[in-house]
Amino acid sequence: MTMHHPALEAGRRRRYVPNLWDALAFGLLFGTLILVIQGGRETLAPISALDQAPISLDPAMLPEYALRTTMRMLAAIVASLAFTFAYGALAAKSRRAEMVLISLLDILQSVPVLGFLSFTVVGFMALFPGRVLGVELAAIFAIFTSQAWNMTFSFYQSLKTVPADLDEASRSFRLSGWQRFWRLEVPYAMPGLVWNTMMSMSGGWFFVVASEAISVGNTTITLPGIGSYVALAIGQQNLAAVGWAVIAMLIVILIYDQLLFRPLVAWGDKFRVEQSASGTAPHSWLLVALRRTRLFQVLLAPYKVVFGALPRRRFSLPVIIPGELSAFSATRWADRLWFGLVLGAAVYAIWLIAGFIATELAWAEVGEVVWLGVLTMLRVIVLMTLATLIWVPVGVWIGLRPRVAERVQPLAQFLAAFPANIVFPLAVVAIVKFDLNPNIWLSPLMVLGTQWYILFNVIAGASAFPNDLKEAAATFRIRGWYWWRKVILPGIFPYYITGAITASGGSWNASIVAEVANWGGTTLRAHGLGAYIAEATAAGDYPRIVLGIAVMSLFVILFNRLVWRPLYAFSANRLRLN
Amino acid sequence: MTLLEVTNTHSNHATAPLVDISGVRMVYPKGDNAELVVLDNVSLSIREGEIVGLLGRSGSGKSTLLRVLSGLVTATSGNVSWCGKPVIGPCEGISMVFQSFALFPWLTVLENVEIGLEALGTPAAERRRRAIEAIDLIGLDGFESAYPKELSGGMRQRVGFARALVVHPRLMLMDEPFSALDVLTAETLRTDLIDLWIEGRLPIKSILMVTHNIEEAVLMCDRTLIFSSNPGRVATEIKIGLPHPRNRDDPTFRQLVDDIYARMTQRTPAEKAEKRAVEGFAGTGIGMALPRISTNLLSGLMEALAAPAYGGKADLPDLAATLQMEVDELFPIAETLQLLRFAEMAEGDVQLTEFGRRFVDSDIDTRKRLFAEHLVTYVPLSALIRRVLDERPSHRAPFTRFSEELEDHMSEESAEATLRATISWGRYAELFGYDEHSGQFNLENPA
Repeated sequence: MTMHHPALEAGRRRRYVPNLWDALAFGLLFGTLILVIQGGRETLAPISALDQAPISLDPAMLPEYALRTTMRMLAAIVASLAFTFAYGALAAKSRRAEMVLISLLDILQSVPVLGFLSFTVVGFMALFPGRVLGVELAAIFAIFTSQAWNMTFSFYQSLKTVPADLDEASRSFRLSGWQRFWRLEVPYAMPGLVWNTMMSMSGGWFFVVASEAISVGNTTITLPGIGSYVALAIGQQNLAAVGWAVIAMLIVILIYDQLLFRPLVAWGDKFRVEQSASGTAPHSWLLVALRRTRLFQVLLAPYKVVFGALPRRRFSLPVIIPGELSAFSATRWADRLWFGLVLGAAVYAIWLIAGFIATELAWAEVGEVVWLGVLTMLRVIVLMTLATLIWVPVGVWIGLRPRVAERVQPLAQFLAAFPANIVFPLAVVAIVKFDLNPNIWLSPLMVLGTQWYILFNVIAGASAFPNDLKEAAATFRIRGWYWWRKVILPGIFPYYITGAITASGGSWNASIVAEVANWGGTTLRAHGLGAYIAEATAAGDYPRIVLGIAVMSLFVILFNRLVWRPLYAFSANRLRLN
Repeated sequence: MTLLEVTNTHSNHATAPLVDISGVRMVYPKGDNAELVVLDNVSLSIREGEIVGLLGRSGSGKSTLLRVLSGLVTATSGNVSWCGKPVIGPCEGISMVFQSFALFPWLTVLENVEIGLEALGTPAAERRRRAIEAIDLIGLDGFESAYPKELSGGMRQRVGFARALVVHPRLMLMDEPFSALDVLTAETLRTDLIDLWIEGRLPIKSILMVTHNIEEAVLMCDRTLIFSSNPGRVATEIKIGLPHPRNRDDPTFRQLVDDIYARMTQRTPAEKAEKRAVEGFAGTGIGMALPRISTNLLSGLMEALAAPAYGGKADLPDLAATLQMEVDELFPIAETLQLLRFAEMAEGDVQLTEFGRRFVDSDIDTRKRLFAEHLVTYVPLSALIRRVLDERPSHRAPFTRFSEELEDHMSEESAEATLRATISWGRYAELFGYDEHSGQFNLENPA
């Protein structure tokens, strides 16, 4: 992506003397550089180094742990972006690839991420035996799986909906494939991609915390990071340490927001395809600083030359496919051949899965697992209903008051990003202390982190509710329940659905860590599919992990197809205000 | 194909044509082996040094022809050659100006202009020099670092022109380049472009432009091809020999505009009286494709015609100017009135019938009754809907019952548009009701 902007050049021409920003920039830049080098060196260390330097609950160690956690997040987001560009572009450009890739993506995003972990840890450790790198990669991969799918979907959707006139313009000017990708397709996809990356990141903190302290069967590995710090605090029943971790996490998310996302959103605003300038453009102090600071300009100049020039080169490859082959690939026989190949692969995969489960498990257990799935689904439904009943009225109240909304909205987004699993111990302490039923009282943990998606989407919906409709309702003196039913609820429904879909997906995922909770030696367990998967993972029981994940994926897919999709279609067709 | 006036450009230009199109046919499949013919046996050649206009209404395939020529779409059959070579994809030496400007919102004016040169692989320094040159030529100096969204419509289209000119094309294609602009801005841009053309400062040899604005064609073009709709054909070619700069108030100019209006409303002798009334709409009977025209526009036009200013009969160019409507907007309304026998079009005039006068003089209930009568009699689809509803014991019928039948005759989109038009007219006439939620026609009257 180019950071090419005329404001940059203007700034460079005006200022010759270093300014205050330069001093700040100098400190920021070199501080970050030193930390990155240090973190990178530890990653390449042999695995025994983890045992020599065990996690310490000393709060002074937290900045370093926070940095390691943050770097894992960054690595995962880079991987997600690379995956998004490759997979999304392939799906959008090749009709045959599209048939397979898009369905696959739809299923992948329904698979509970934490279920993956046991497989990937073993796999990556085998790839890099005896190195910390393998475990690091497994953790990064877990975060990647929580982030990549919706980003890829967004990118694919954008590529499929490039405006017809821009498409024609780029074709009539004969841009090469490379130029078209970087000059038209990527910029067009940028606003959606930035937004989805943000959503992915805020979901990602949850998984980074969960994936740092991994135990699969007999292997227990703790990577230095905030997640393992919390895990240790739980093991030692150290409530103060949990508090320190919460504070550290708050600061990290705040810094991430200010240093990465605000600038990104403000920068991404120029890619919006719209007829006229919008009322309020997103603002970022860092982007302003970057554009005004001489030091950054000097440092960025070489990158700007490279990243500015690359997308402009033609890079058109000579066609190497022989004519007969490309002629054949356009025929129906090629379609049939492709379909046959896909079908064959699918049948083989099903046979493989059935064989894997059948050798170890009885069919009766499958029935039992489905029943556990029903229990977890009941929890999700009840909790989503409760969260809706609480947060919709609150969100509407806030959204209709611009001054309040302005302050509360960032807080709600922030809470959605905060990994709720850090505060689980507090709930466990309370349940043990008051001797409550874990089957009921562990459940709220599932929506602890995800309910905020409902809140901030409802606030956004109520804020965007047209003023003339509000005034019309007021002049006709529409009030009370009638006002809710006829005016505001239909108005915010599309926003609510968007939030609820995210919240519901997150809750299924969270059930794996929420249905079993520890505090020192105490383990609380609720009856459900999440607990089943969590226990199978802890025991390293692979057939049961596969069964649990498969059943949960099935539930999520059915839930999406039967509930959320119809509701989403309804809201898009009937209740959209523009 | 009727060639009312044969022009002879051969004597003026001895050079080989830049573009030679012959026998081009463009057909889109529309399910169940049916076909939608967009262009039928179209031939055209363009020589160096001329501005050629394609004039016609939406759906006459003129934009499609432009895209065939530019290589953006491939014709079903026929020959398209550019500089003596067959066109198989977007070719060098042709550039295009778009109705919607088609500027990249994330690129500055300068970058937008440079993009055509990037595609040619021009070195950065030369790219910059030529882009600045084009920007200066088209009157955009000072706006180089602005983003398109900061500019007004007129300025944006200037960027569109600069972007098309910077590659020094031999032929510039323009797809209704002024129709998204307001009247004043469009006029400024037209005269600026023509001035540059006359002074020979444009780095191009010829221009081919698509328009539905008759005055625009007469103002700018050396010759104009008039397209008829359904399927798109070249009906007439008219040579405009007026010297530039042309004056809209010049009697010869007015005469040419009137002539073209007359030709666009003229019926060819081959057409029978039966078909007369439906000229402009593809298909006959149930399969007639109808435009979505609101009943407010229909009664509005009738009232305008009945007003003392016109006394029931108006000259179309005059009416278009007064109502500030272009041919594309005005014709479908007038044609719908003609279909319903409320008005007649001939020789560039539109005249209210006796029914039309009665409609204007009536109160709302009588208007609705009259409209209902004419709707059932002259729009076979609405008669069919009413009959089906009457026959069924439930007095209900789903949308798909009719849309599927329509799709045997026309594309999915025009079936949808036709049915929507009939729904809105039927609702106004209180002939039948329609429930959007359930997608069902009914005979209920919510009142």
